[in-house]
Amino acid sequence: MKNRHRISASRVVRQTLIYLLLIILAIIFLVPFYVMLRNALSTKAEVTSLDWVWFPKELQWQNFAEVFEDGSIFPQGLLNSAVISVIQIVLQLAISAAAGYGLARVPYRRRNLVFAAFLATMMVPTAVTFVPSFAVVSALGWVSTLAGIIVPGIFSVFSVFLFRQFFLDFPDELEEAGRLDGLGPWGVFFRIVLPNAKGITVALGAIGFINSWNAFLWPLVVGQDEHSWTVQVALSSYLNSYSVDFPVLFAAAVTSIIPLVILFFIFQRHIVEGVKMSGMK
Amino acid sequence: MSSISKNASADLEKSPESAKRRNDYKKLRRRNTLTFWSFVGPMALGLLVFVGIPIVWGIVLSFGNAQTTITPTKFVGLSNYIQVLSDPQFRSSMILVAIFAIIIVPLTLAFSLGLALLVNEVKFGRGFFRTVFFIPTACSYVVASAIWKMSLFNGTSSGFMNTILGWFGVEPIQWISASTPPWYWLVLVTVRLWLQVGLYMILFTAGLQDIPPEVYEAGRIDGIRNKFQELRYITLPLLKNTTISVSLLCLIGAFQAFDEFYNVLGSASGSGSGNLSLAMPPLVYLYNMAFSSQNYGVGSAGAFILTIVIVIFALLQGKLTGSKK
Repeated sequence: MKNRHRISASRVVRQTLIYLLLIILAIIFLVPFYVMLRNALSTKAEVTSLDWVWFPKELQWQNFAEVFEDGSIFPQGLLNSAVISVIQIVLQLAISAAAGYGLARVPYRRRNLVFAAFLATMMVPTAVTFVPSFAVVSALGWVSTLAGIIVPGIFSVFSVFLFRQFFLDFPDELEEAGRLDGLGPWGVFFRIVLPNAKGITVALGAIGFINSWNAFLWPLVVGQDEHSWTVQVALSSYLNSYSVDFPVLFAAAVTSIIPLVILFFIFQRHIVEGVKMSGMK
Repeated sequence: MSSISKNASADLEKSPESAKRRNDYKKLRRRNTLTFWSFVGPMALGLLVFVGIPIVWGIVLSFGNAQTTITPTKFVGLSNYIQVLSDPQFRSSMILVAIFAIIIVPLTLAFSLGLALLVNEVKFGRGFFRTVFFIPTACSYVVASAIWKMSLFNGTSSGFMNTILGWFGVEPIQWISASTPPWYWLVLVTVRLWLQVGLYMILFTAGLQDIPPEVYEAGRIDGIRNKFQELRYITLPLLKNTTISVSLLCLIGAFQAFDEFYNVLGSASGSGSGNLSLAMPPLVYLYNMAFSSQNYGVGSAGAFILTIVIVIFALLQGKLTGSKK
């Protein structure tokens, strides 16, 4: 009796310590968000004040208005990022779902060879290809165009791999039923297979959107004039310019992460699923 | 499916129906081939144009004279490789990124595994803590770099870290602009940790949830007495696969670091100068070589050397993590 009491006491101590540690870590992880919001809602003087101002005297919402003022680079950047991310995701999902289905389900003698060739390209790091990829894009006349940023990013072997994996386990009976109803291979794919692949599609779509929205190196390389800058490139160039206005910079930064934070809260389950799948690489 | 029809057509070789059957089989095969490529074709074409051609083009560039042009004018043998390897800036960039990887990989492993284990131990608020540790993934490297550079590690007393240290009487530290002591390492390592630890925590959490509870019961019968032994003899060995994949993903990412170096150390006077001379990773070097100096030949040669180094490190690490447990 006494013994059991002692064990539960030590468990309480342990749990308390773990909670304490977790709370401290959580605060540390949230500090950057606090700093970003504080900067976005402060005056210039408060941000650069030699004493840290914990909370702005008055919330400076007009910093956000300045992000969208005439002559600001951010509205165009946000628009470009939205267009790029949405088109990239739609095309990427369409192309990789189809390819994954073909590789998993269409009996073709050399399909495993084709799949192996796809996988081989995954071994090549971006570092090797970004300069010659730029050469290809410039040969196509796509420098400083959204097409130049979008198109090279829509061929994701990783998505093909996961779609193939998913379609390998797809029940035969459902496809067979579709065939008996007179559907061709594409009919089966659109009417029967895709509607049953919503989970994986949303998961890959959400992960892809985050990557696409946050991409930096490739949009920086291709977007050589202001009109083709994504919001990341615009933020980076503003951050390292002489005329940087800190509160406006951070108001723009906050604006740039709002779509993703919303996405996170709506699709958190799917995003977590997508991340788990990405660990299987 | 195709093998069955093949046998059938062989068996019926001499029957009168065999010719028709073989014909049908051929037709089916042709139709399957067409169907296959209608599904897979766009992807194959895209990979050919945007991965295949760039690789071949990169090889051609690396052996050619390609200054200010992306179509090499003449074959120069290994001279681009010799030039890039004899450039002290390139060599120091390779050393820098190797040190960066050696620091960031174990730290990321420790923190992401630690967070996964801690969150797994508590009963209430699991979802909340996971979200908090995972939400930095929504931030881009550019945004995080701005926060780190301008506020957290601002070199004046208006910076957040300097404010906290000031409570303990520490004078403001020049985190980024001074080379000695090299505090910029702390800045660069913490940005990446904050951004990626939550992501890998999710992978470890998934790994933990795959361990069946019976294993722990069996362990208790076999004489495992405390949590520490449980971790040492059951949890860690069973997380081996997750550990390998996390450390590989993390290593390959670290070798291709670009965003945080470019944004934290860059300055208004252009990316090539400023504090980037303190710590320039290979990707920034290659970027400058290609887009500032316009020397695509030397840039491509450097890219292939980097790839080889990544492959060697990945193999080494595979061996290391593979044999340990």
